[in-house]
Amino acid sequence: MSREGSSGGDGTQALRDPAARRRLIGLLAGLAICWPMLQLAEFNPLALLGPGSLQVIANFLGGFLPPATQPDFLALLARATLETLAMATAGTALAFVIGAPLALVATRALSRSRIGPGPGRWRAAALRRAARTVSMVLRAVPEIVWALIFVRALGLGPAAAVLALAITYGGMLGKVYAEVLESTDTRPARALLESGSGRIAALCYGLLPNCARELSSYTVYRWECAVRASVVMGFVGAGGLGQLMDQSMKMLNGGEASSILLVFLALVLCADALSNALRRLLE
Amino acid sequence: MSFSLAAVGLVHPNGHRALQSVSLAGRGGERIAVIGPSGAGKTTLLRVLGAGLRPGEGEVRLLDQAPWQASAAELRRLRARIGSVQQSPPIAPRLRVVSAVLSGRLGQWSTLRAIGSLLHPSDLEGAHEALSRLALGERLFERCDRLSGGQLQRVGIARVLYQRPALLLADEPVSALDPSLADTTLRVLVEQAGATGATLVASLHAVDLALRWFPRIVGMREGRIAFDLPVEAVTPGMLAALYANEAQPGEPGEGDAAPARESRLFQHAGCA
Repeated sequence: MSREGSSGGDGTQALRDPAARRRLIGLLAGLAICWPMLQLAEFNPLALLGPGSLQVIANFLGGFLPPATQPDFLALLARATLETLAMATAGTALAFVIGAPLALVATRALSRSRIGPGPGRWRAAALRRAARTVSMVLRAVPEIVWALIFVRALGLGPAAAVLALAITYGGMLGKVYAEVLESTDTRPARALLESGSGRIAALCYGLLPNCARELSSYTVYRWECAVRASVVMGFVGAGGLGQLMDQSMKMLNGGEASSILLVFLALVLCADALSNALRRLLE
Repeated sequence: MSFSLAAVGLVHPNGHRALQSVSLAGRGGERIAVIGPSGAGKTTLLRVLGAGLRPGEGEVRLLDQAPWQASAAELRRLRARIGSVQQSPPIAPRLRVVSAVLSGRLGQWSTLRAIGSLLHPSDLEGAHEALSRLALGERLFERCDRLSGGQLQRVGIARVLYQRPALLLADEPVSALDPSLADTTLRVLVEQAGATGATLVASLHAVDLALRWFPRIVGMREGRIAFDLPVEAVTPGMLAALYANEAQPGEPGEGDAAPARESRLFQHAGCA
């Protein structure tokens, strides 16, 4: 059905792809939405290459070299790195505790009442919608806003960042886990539910063997984002590398800032390596 | 009555009518074969019997219960007593064979035991016994995606054997097996049903296997039951009528198709 047909000189009916018009309209609509958006965002990459801009960027970057290597600063740097890692890990772990149950409730892949359809399906659908709404509300507020609130309540330090991460990332993990479970092949889980299995058992025997790699790679990616977010929240007083970088910038010490950035790059590289290793392990 | 369908009709969500006014009943311990051309509704019939599809018309009773009037807990207990074998087994590919077989009893196990069994299989002997009846005993710890199609199909059957259900439904259980292996596997299924007193309903494309192993034959065509007879009463003429007009690519007309099909069908049928 995807061949454009010849006109009927030999009496055959011309073949047309029924989806062609809809796809063309969709493409044009996408372009029609993109263009005003780019204008609104004042998207002009060529301005970066203008005569004055490159010089300004070069001067700014020049202040960053050489990276600071004094022993006492390196000790501070090490401590701040550990603090940031601890914030990110604790925040992601708490987010998993919040997000995983939300995902199990919200996902359609483990719905027993949809088989048939069977008894209790309206109540189950309402419950799923409620779980999706909770996920949405949790991730609606950016984590830095939560961090600002919690810093006022709990004082300066990592606890504010951990709570902020737990709330917003819990909502994100809940949504993505539910959708990953629905996107994978659900026939094994449905066959197990049809033979009377419990939902957690159907998850472990039918869904997790297929989508363990996607779930783990997304979780490690979220951990990497948590490291970045911890740095950002450090700017509002939550401690770690962010607070250190805030102080260095205020003192206009570019060398210290570039040392911190190098450590940060190393952290992201580690996260990438961890994700690769986990995917190979789960193969 | 092991199951009874009264005037059951079912229309799929895409508008296709799969079953029309189907009435069928089976007693405990019966062996019934469902035969018919592709698209006749055999798979839909088996899914209705497995409490997996709810018919829009008619009444269903399975194992002396009305599944769609029961509560969720009762329906779940009922489903644990019904075992289904599907043509392409719905088994997660990265699961190990032992876990795939043990998942037959998930309806009877607690969640804790189920999760523990993933880490350390809780009934190795039971799984091995079910697999060795199908000549797969040595593949106990392999991953399911390393098996061939026929081996995976037998793992699906081993899962149902391990489950020991009261109603055993098999949708093309031997389609990927060579003729002698198919014969052996059907014999294992029939023996299991006999040993546990379960009712066995199987849909088969190979009519000769159906006629050899099943004392009751149900013919389906276009969503209706064409005939429901003991095997001795099934004649070649009925079978030809059942499979007549099946569209074949490149065949010019019905006149050529019918005699060729008849001779293929009845080579090993053993009918008069």
